[in-house]
Amino acid sequence: MSNDAASIDLLKNRIAGISTSEFRGQVRVVVPTEHLFASLEFLHGERVFDFLVDITCVDYLNYRGATDRFGLVYVLTNTVTNEQLMVRTFLNEPDLAVPSVTSLWEGANWMEREVWDMFGITFEGHPDHRRILLPEEFAAFPLRKDYPLQGRGERHNFPVLTRDSA
Amino acid sequence: MPLASVESRDLAHDEPQDYLWTLNFGPQHPATHTTLRLVLKLDGERVIDAMPDIGYLHSGFEKLGEHLNYNQYVTITDRMNYISPMTNNVAWHGAVEKLLGLKLTPRCQYIRIIISELSRISDHLLCNGAAGLDTGAFTYFLYAFYQREVLYDIFETLCGARFTNSYTRVGGLMYDMTPLVVEKIRAFCKNFPKTLHDMERLLDRNKIFVDRTKGVGVLTKAEAINRSCSGPVARASGVTRDLRKDDPHLPYSDFNFQVCCATAGDCYTRYLVRMQEMWESLKIVEQAIEKLPGGPVNVGIDQRTAFPDKRWVYSTIEGTISHFELQMSNRGFEVPHEEIYAAIEAPNGELGFYIVGDGTETAYRARCRPPSFIHFAVFPHLIRGHTLSDIVAVLGSLNIIAAELDR
Repeated sequence: MSNDAASIDLLKNRIAGISTSEFRGQVRVVVPTEHLFASLEFLHGERVFDFLVDITCVDYLNYRGATDRFGLVYVLTNTVTNEQLMVRTFLNEPDLAVPSVTSLWEGANWMEREVWDMFGITFEGHPDHRRILLPEEFAAFPLRKDYPLQGRGERHNFPVLTRDSA
Repeated sequence: MPLASVESRDLAHDEPQDYLWTLNFGPQHPATHTTLRLVLKLDGERVIDAMPDIGYLHSGFEKLGEHLNYNQYVTITDRMNYISPMTNNVAWHGAVEKLLGLKLTPRCQYIRIIISELSRISDHLLCNGAAGLDTGAFTYFLYAFYQREVLYDIFETLCGARFTNSYTRVGGLMYDMTPLVVEKIRAFCKNFPKTLHDMERLLDRNKIFVDRTKGVGVLTKAEAINRSCSGPVARASGVTRDLRKDDPHLPYSDFNFQVCCATAGDCYTRYLVRMQEMWESLKIVEQAIEKLPGGPVNVGIDQRTAFPDKRWVYSTIEGTISHFELQMSNRGFEVPHEEIYAAIEAPNGELGFYIVGDGTETAYRARCRPPSFIHFAVFPHLIRGHTLSDIVAVLGSLNIIAAELDR
């Protein structure tokens, strides 16, 4: 899939502090968190990246050479020209909040809920900001690197529901 | 109640209304065949709102990806969309090979195309068969399932497993295709069109089926794009995106086939698009089996990624060493310290993997972009204003796989 060089240049002119990198033909744009929504709005509205492929997050806790804790990844595609772009932003504790993009792409709804559920990143302005896979009482964020694989002890945190109380 | 008034109100967050029913729809016990649960708000028989409730399986696919190495994780991908496991295998190792920068051998690429297309046929057979079953066409379902059994036999001859195949490996495949498999695939290509014609004659103009699916669950083109739909669901709404044409990582350009699209975007069109895609997949399989190149299926021991052939392992010291090195947990091949997103056109839509490599043989993060998860989010929008009996038609046409939802 080809890359949209013009979009990246225009984005660089408009928003300060953008850096790009390339690996195996995929261009990644790193955007400062405060300009994330403006950049995505620009790419959606003016550069017609109408298809949001995926939103995901990476926890760089023990990653070699990493300076930030979390990296958010937005994979965007233009369905007409088939250009693809990856927009990334880095987040650190305790400031784990980004604006929601559900107003731009309706499909972001469940993807953002999943990132919140698994990594604990808040999406401000999300219409239905709840956990999606885990119950509301769950306290931890399982895909963070400091969460153990076996999750032992979690099930004891839940109150036992008996037939009488249900 | 007219549909417009239902659409315009924000029913999910409205005041509780006494006359609305709340109905828990679908099995949610993990032992039942899928753990799909919907909480419905009903006004008589009309669905006012639906709230999908997921998260009963807790498979932890992505967490497991951080603890299993690149070859072991293929068994987990089998369980993601268990209706078409071969496609998931191809998607996962396609992404790993993109991260490694490996170039596959021509024979391996062709075999991967053949198995992807066969599993696309298998997936569509199940999806359409179940959609027929849900709307009352039992014979149709049996026709579809018989052919699925034939495909299982082909996969069993190919790799020894009928259901959870785990057929691909980094840089190649588990085994080469034997002449018996080629013969079975040829026989399938010869016999399958007759069944497909029969299936079309049974259901395409069946009045009950058409009445129950036409105009139900309409998704427009703009909505399909905005809600990140892909695959047959999007193509039935007029989105022409197909990764086999638009972003192929396998040599799909060698084959003559069409991308099947429609514009109506209702359940009936999604059914028709799937039927037509089976014909196109069959065309690809026929061409690929005729043009199947010779040569090795694995990239070879020089690249130090694919397991060497067993003959090499038992008879040469190079083979023994490279098998040993790949098998040991602290050796293996080295992947770049980089990140990649790679997607293929799975039967359900865009199946992508976002892999973060950290230089070791285990992925630092293995994110799966599942099509069913995205499509299930569209479901409440599609069902609002329809009746209770339309739920099975809409669910069947979206082809929701619970194992892919609850990751």
